[in-house]
Amino acid sequence: MDTPQTTRTVSGAHYAFVFSISLLLWMLLSGSLAWEEVALGAFVSLMITLLFGSRFTIYNGIKFSFMAPLYVLLYLVHFFKELIKANFELAMRVLTPSLPIRPEMVEIKTTLKSPLGRMLLANSITLTPGTLSVDVTDDTILVHWVYCPPGTDAKMATDAIAASFERHIKRFLV
Amino acid sequence: MNVIGDIFLVIGAMFIALGGLGLLRMPDVYNRIHAGTKAVTLGSLSVLLGIALLHPTWWPKLLVIAGFLLFTNPVAASIIARAAKISGIKPWRIKEQGGE
Repeated sequence: MDTPQTTRTVSGAHYAFVFSISLLLWMLLSGSLAWEEVALGAFVSLMITLLFGSRFTIYNGIKFSFMAPLYVLLYLVHFFKELIKANFELAMRVLTPSLPIRPEMVEIKTTLKSPLGRMLLANSITLTPGTLSVDVTDDTILVHWVYCPPGTDAKMATDAIAASFERHIKRFLV
Repeated sequence: MNVIGDIFLVIGAMFIALGGLGLLRMPDVYNRIHAGTKAVTLGSLSVLLGIALLHPTWWPKLLVIAGFLLFTNPVAASIIARAAKISGIKPWRIKEQGGE
């Protein structure tokens, strides 16, 4: 997150993406498919895209491809599975009288380059079993781990916490 | 449909209650954030799903709410944890035999 994103030249796919996100948000918020609504939404989204499209540098890291929506879906499925698992694990820990926690701060390395990718990874880490990302500096994410096995090093922690998400995110983000 | 919606509402409320219990039981700020984030996120999603089943016409807005929750909740948690770390709060650690 500390690396300043210089304004790169943005591709046509980038503009198309900004447009579709704006239109999708409009349609979800208006909640109707009447053609007047959609036409107005399309007009507003088009204006936003033309005026501000090149400034949405946060979307820079997205790899546009035909398969990208499928990868996002796969990521979401994996994410929700982990989220539900996390909650049952947390419920178990909270309800066990002895409170079985062994917290530790560990640092993990990520190979993701884009700010959006790192943010998504940090968010995923926060919402998955027993881990909470505390700080992101360059390629290092500081993670608070509720139950850290004794003698864990950075490599092991990365494998245990981030590897599966990184594999998923890497398919649609730099 | 109504029954399933009610069930989801109850499940959501249960997870949020567990999150509250976690806040009380955990020893330090970082562990409390764990309890306060995960349980409440899934609890809210479950409540939203329950409402979507009870009022099927509301689902687009509920979907937007769910999306924003999913994006902002963990960020807020991370920022609180980061602020705690910067202000110098040492993470609570379990007492090992013979000291760390």
